[in-house]
Amino acid sequence: MDKYKVMIGLEMHCEISETNTKVFSSAENSYSELPNSNIRPIDMGFPGTLPTVNKEAVKMALMASMALGCKQPEYMYFERKNYYYPDMPKNFQITQETKPIPVGIYGEFEYYCGDEKKKVRINNIHLEEDAASSDHFSTYSVIDYNRAGVPLLELVTEPDFRSADEAVSFLETMRSIYQYANISEADSKKGQIRCDVNVSIMDKDLDENDMRNWGTKIEIKNVNSFGGVRDAINYEIKRQTELKEQGTYDQMEQQTRRWDEESMSTIFMRSKVDAIDYKYFVEPNIPKYKISKEWLDEIRKSIPRFANERMEEYMDKYSLSRYDATILVKEKDVSDYFEEVIKLGGNPKSASNWLTSVILGHLNKYDITIKELYLTPQMLVDLMEMVESGKISSKQSKEVLYKVLSEGKDPKTIVDELGIKQIGDDKMIRELVCKVLDEHLELIEEHRKGRNVFDYFVGQIMKATRGQANPKMTAQIIREEIEKR
Amino acid sequence: MNKGILELHDMLVKGEVTSDELVKEALELSHKIQDECNAFVTILDDAKGCDVTDNLLSGIPYGVKDNYSTKGILSTGSSNTLKDYIPFFNATAIEKLNSAGAVKVNKTVMDEFGMGGTGTTGHTGIVKNPWDKTRMTAGSSAGSAAAVAAGVYPYATGSDTGDSIRKPAAYCGIVGYKPTYGMISRYGLFAFASSLDHCGVLSRSVEDAAIVVDNMKGIDKNDMTSWDSSDMHLYDSLNGDVKGKKICYIKEICDIDNYPNATDELKMHLSNFHNVLDKCRELGMKVESVSVDKTLLNALASVYVVISCAEATSNMSNLTGIIFGPRSDADNYIDMMRDYRTKGFSPLIKRRFVIGSYVLQAQNKDRYFYNAQRVRRLLVDAWKNLFKDYDAVILPVGTGPAKYLDSSKDALNNDETLTILEEHLQIGNFGGFPSITIPDGFINNLPVGLNITGNCYDDINVLNIAYAIEKTMPYKNQIAKEVK
Repeated sequence: MDKYKVMIGLEMHCEISETNTKVFSSAENSYSELPNSNIRPIDMGFPGTLPTVNKEAVKMALMASMALGCKQPEYMYFERKNYYYPDMPKNFQITQETKPIPVGIYGEFEYYCGDEKKKVRINNIHLEEDAASSDHFSTYSVIDYNRAGVPLLELVTEPDFRSADEAVSFLETMRSIYQYANISEADSKKGQIRCDVNVSIMDKDLDENDMRNWGTKIEIKNVNSFGGVRDAINYEIKRQTELKEQGTYDQMEQQTRRWDEESMSTIFMRSKVDAIDYKYFVEPNIPKYKISKEWLDEIRKSIPRFANERMEEYMDKYSLSRYDATILVKEKDVSDYFEEVIKLGGNPKSASNWLTSVILGHLNKYDITIKELYLTPQMLVDLMEMVESGKISSKQSKEVLYKVLSEGKDPKTIVDELGIKQIGDDKMIRELVCKVLDEHLELIEEHRKGRNVFDYFVGQIMKATRGQANPKMTAQIIREEIEKR
Repeated sequence: MNKGILELHDMLVKGEVTSDELVKEALELSHKIQDECNAFVTILDDAKGCDVTDNLLSGIPYGVKDNYSTKGILSTGSSNTLKDYIPFFNATAIEKLNSAGAVKVNKTVMDEFGMGGTGTTGHTGIVKNPWDKTRMTAGSSAGSAAAVAAGVYPYATGSDTGDSIRKPAAYCGIVGYKPTYGMISRYGLFAFASSLDHCGVLSRSVEDAAIVVDNMKGIDKNDMTSWDSSDMHLYDSLNGDVKGKKICYIKEICDIDNYPNATDELKMHLSNFHNVLDKCRELGMKVESVSVDKTLLNALASVYVVISCAEATSNMSNLTGIIFGPRSDADNYIDMMRDYRTKGFSPLIKRRFVIGSYVLQAQNKDRYFYNAQRVRRLLVDAWKNLFKDYDAVILPVGTGPAKYLDSSKDALNNDETLTILEEHLQIGNFGGFPSITIPDGFINNLPVGLNITGNCYDDINVLNIAYAIEKTMPYKNQIAKEVK
């Protein structure tokens, strides 16, 4: 591998799941177990039906285009891609080509691969309609048109990735952006994300600015999980490297392959000479329309801060570890929750601790989202304040939290009900300390001889108060009382 | 049924006739004209009259071209590929006519999917011209034209991609009007070439055409190319006042010198046209001759073929016989589609699909498809330039009266010098211009027509000019009288 450089480009398809209706159809855009339940005549290509553009989908597509640092078009066009396939009843797909320009073109985008910041050039991002989904059985196939017409974003990168890790890190970043921007659940288990991967290898000492040195582009179609992307890339690197070593690389023609999960290998589909001519032309039923600057500005303003930006902020501003910051920004709702807690006056460090050590575990255990959590950011702040002011101990606070979650009552009520207010009354603790010391005069002697009996006394006080005595105060009073004797 | 909408409405309101009686008469006439002209795919024998309201169309029968989707009623596009297709939704225009209280009594034969200009390519056979059964009606709105001309009802819907309303109207001695692109929603109209397709009407008077389109038009959330015309009242705006209007005709199309092989019919047709122009002058209109680059005009027919075939091949890809249409029993979906399409489409349509595919292929696209788009733009610009100085362009339709059926070939094999005269109506589709054909005379007892085309959104002006010219001639509400 040292001799070669890998050129990897991605085509990432992501369904927009957050619009009410499909992209060119008034059918509902929602995942349904019941086949063919979210369909309108156009989704099945009935004669006389016409596409109408979903403005919300265009808005989301433009937002994604901005997030990728792409240029937005002045006019919106759609085009027809003509081909016969049973999952596309009109037998053409309404999509966008690079001329006239789609929702986004020529962007540059930064992402993290591990700790390292990387850049990738975006060739374009476009809005199109998804095809129906099909299931294949041994002698027949079935088609479900629920997915036909669901808005789909396809982004195409330049071949700027040099490893499977980089490619997958980019995909993870994009998934996070789609989720943060409330464009898509971006759930590959629901088939919402699908990728095509281009891989070629070139000799390391050649100039990579010259396209002619890039080697033979191999396109791998329909890789439907990030794990699959990683495996497919690594397989393809290995396969192509072997061809190089054998000296047969140059005979390999440009081709399309598919990733086969079962055999964990890529399989030849067609060579470039058999490429389909899609006979694109501008969709005549959708008049081109001007995208106003005002609308673009409005969209730009509504873009939330994405995960990377937030992570950097958490590390810089709140001195959180990269590890904790990464966990907090993984889901936008968690990150929003964290930020709300801080806005309400919570300490960032302890808020982070609460979230990463207890709350996320709870969410996981009960398989709920943070939005479904009974504990509101205000309640968490209240709880944190009770600890800070010494009203309850941190050990008690955990017990309170579990009760809050299991009983659905706010922290103050739980504390009152349990009667677990921390005893912070100097006189009361002093009386107890004196009593304990009086009962164990022999231990005070031992103490003076150097034996550590301090913890024993603290333990006795805690036992007597069922853990409610303020530990700091207790220790101080014990120290003082021993000195007096 | 040989009356106009206003008169029928008046009779209905006064109780001189009932809606049921009108429908019954229209159905009887439908069967008669079916026998004589083969104008219908379906006759709705169980159609019933309905309540008469303030709406001028209420209770009055009409016909529907068979490429309009009609809920629960066979809608074939006159193609074997949809010979059993019963839609479950109405075209928007039909929905609007329904709510106006109009009563549909039949579905009319057309050239298969509108892709023809003869009325001879529908799957139920050729349509004959009621004036002379040995002649064609022209197409594609052939059945609609024949039925309206024969007096089955006062109007029928049509669609117009090249001249499919306006040419048969001329051949049948009636009025054919296609309003500005997008004035009537195309939702539910079987697509032929979406950027050229228009809904419209065939009637026996300009006022009837205006009344019907008033009821068909309107912005539709299902058609993004439709626009709001709620402040345009076509019928109410007809006043016949055309004094001071400026209209022009194009030398390169109208002068007999352009046609070295002109027949007597053509000579009569053009001289009749120039006589009508004199009548226009008498009405106080300024009529001028203008010149348009002949090279540009000569490109017109090719531009139409390229663009319409390209869009058609894509639009009709949905016809696979799998979801709707008579499904083939071949073993797999590819063979099913091939079988269905091979058997279902007529050779003419297949030829157009081949042309459409060819011009869209990557290696040909710039030379044919993009060039056609460019020339389309030039032609539209040339007409828009005329509209800067003139209220409308007035031109003769075709080379004379209806052609004989047996000498007809839909292939574009005419005398090339006549092509412009035969095809110029297509410019109305290129630009989406409002365009109306009215009868303007007779040659050997057969009707001929002229066309008035104006700028987009200028429908009222176009209708008014047509209305004024119509008044100078005795052809309003004429019913076909068989010549032989």
